Amino acid sequence: MATIEGSMLDFRQLDLLAAQDTVIHRLDARAKVLVVLLFIITVVSFGRYELSAMVPFFIFPVVMVVLADLPAGFIVRKVALVIPFAAAIGIFNPLFDQEIRLSIGSFGISGGWLSCASIVVRATLTVTAALMLVAVTGFTAVCGALERLGMPQALVVQLLFMQRYLFVLADDAANASRARELRAFGNRGMGIGPFAAMTGHLLLKSWERAERIHMAMLARGFQGEFYLQRTGAFGLRELLFVAGWLAVFMILRFTNIPLLIGEAVTRLFIAQATIP
Amino acid sequence: MHMADALVSPAVGGTMWAVSAGAVAYSSSRLRAEVDDRRVPLMGVMGAFLFAAQMINFSIPGTGSSGHLGGGILLAILLGPHAALLAITGVLIVQALFFADGGLLALGCNIFNMGVIPAFLVYPLLYKRLAGQDPGGTRLTFAIVVSALVTLQLGPFAVVLETLFSGLSALPFTTFLLMMQPVHLAIGLVEGVVTAAVISFVYLARPELMHVARRTAAAMVFPMRNLLIAFVCAAVLTGGVVSLVASKDPDGLEWAITRVTGTAELTSPDTKLHMLLAAIQEKVAFLPDYAFKKPVASEQSASARAENRGTSLAGIVGVGITLVLLIVAGALLKRGRASL
Repeated sequence: MATIEGSMLDFRQLDLLAAQDTVIHRLDARAKVLVVLLFIITVVSFGRYELSAMVPFFIFPVVMVVLADLPAGFIVRKVALVIPFAAAIGIFNPLFDQEIRLSIGSFGISGGWLSCASIVVRATLTVTAALMLVAVTGFTAVCGALERLGMPQALVVQLLFMQRYLFVLADDAANASRARELRAFGNRGMGIGPFAAMTGHLLLKSWERAERIHMAMLARGFQGEFYLQRTGAFGLRELLFVAGWLAVFMILRFTNIPLLIGEAVTRLFIAQATIP
Repeated sequence: MHMADALVSPAVGGTMWAVSAGAVAYSSSRLRAEVDDRRVPLMGVMGAFLFAAQMINFSIPGTGSSGHLGGGILLAILLGPHAALLAITGVLIVQALFFADGGLLALGCNIFNMGVIPAFLVYPLLYKRLAGQDPGGTRLTFAIVVSALVTLQLGPFAVVLETLFSGLSALPFTTFLLMMQPVHLAIGLVEGVVTAAVISFVYLARPELMHVARRTAAAMVFPMRNLLIAFVCAAVLTGGVVSLVASKDPDGLEWAITRVTGTAELTSPDTKLHMLLAAIQEKVAFLPDYAFKKPVASEQSASARAENRGTSLAGIVGVGITLVLLIVAGALLKRGRASL
């Protein structure tokens, strides 16, 4: 279990990556949101035993990491932390699905292992795509894009407000939690009683903070409406970006490239072996 | 309890997205109609509070394990269902984007399981009835504990159904159910006790907050409630049926087309566009027939087995080569850019 400070640091790092200025970062946020959603839907639409056809989809994260100049190690580490949670459900598949579906020589692989591997590959692809979206776009821009794509304004304002105060309250929580740990001689907590009092205090503090924020907003002329700044335009570049990736996804979805390569290579070897 | 994209099929994910988007849109329009603009910062800050509070662990007595607050019922009681749903949705979006805790396609499922269920099902239908208008300490605690228990039984149950309908996990229904429900009975009990403790702390410290919450909640009428619930149930059912057909049966779509049109193939006018589409479709159509994906039936002939083996080997070799190519290309490109 990561510490509160640790996870908030990760959070900041991911958001900081969005401050870079690359070809990908300069694109309108809507294009990136759309492409990531298309990517996830395409990956997830594969059958449960599909494995080989999914592998070429790693081209999307690879190209994005290169073009957007993201630290590959950082992304890989973050993804590796999350995969076990998805694999935890998939690991039961080999127990219940023992029909042999794939055999290499006399060695048979059951459908359960195949679908389990398929789940892990899916998880890696989708998690990478989701993390990359923030890293190349930034949270505020993602919210703006979602608003322009039709998300209710109330939710957009909610998200922006939340992100603004997340770090403030997480710091409060981290302080309280550390103070409790020191008093509990390093143990994580002292049971439910102190936790309830601590959380209650945090809640009251947050509530009072909200009241102060509201008064400050009123003093600045807030009348119940938000006026969000709209930047960026969906131009030719964005159109090409979305159309290009859509084409790539569709081609990869409907042709199993690894299988074609593999067939060509194995045929080559077999052909050579038969020539005396 | 966060569901990942890897375990959700497009049909289930899409259906739950539609359901949750409907609930969120409805809540937003209700909040817009409200005159009280104090809600705006309050919801945002309470969302941040929930996020922060979820990161604080506490030890569960007698077990040696630790848990954290879920907070769905807590926010519903403090903010009312509409504001609570938006706050929970906000937390889930941030968790999905920054921590990959629950996927983007699975977001609809997660909003439903952890937001719609406590705010729109348990809070109005159960909590309000149990707590009544002005509950005393014991009655309030009882109402909260029962609500939390029910929320944390319905949520995992929804997870089981969504996973089952997605058809990616091979876990049988009853096994998965037996894995999820008893554990969440304990988690629900702890959640209920903790929520009750936090609420009574707030009630002691600032009783007027609770009165504000109660007043706004009482003013909230539910003219659309039955409609909404009926809609949710219908959507879940249809989504489930569609995805069962689509995921278990490789020819589900063809089967559906046969049912709808009465012919196996759709007849199409003979235009250029349709020729092109047909050509693409042909490309598409030969793929589901890969030996790789077909179940190896026991009556399959030896030659078919051999062919299957060949395809498998080719598949593995190809995957290896593709991966190596991708890694090498990425590394080369990265180095090329760095030296620029």
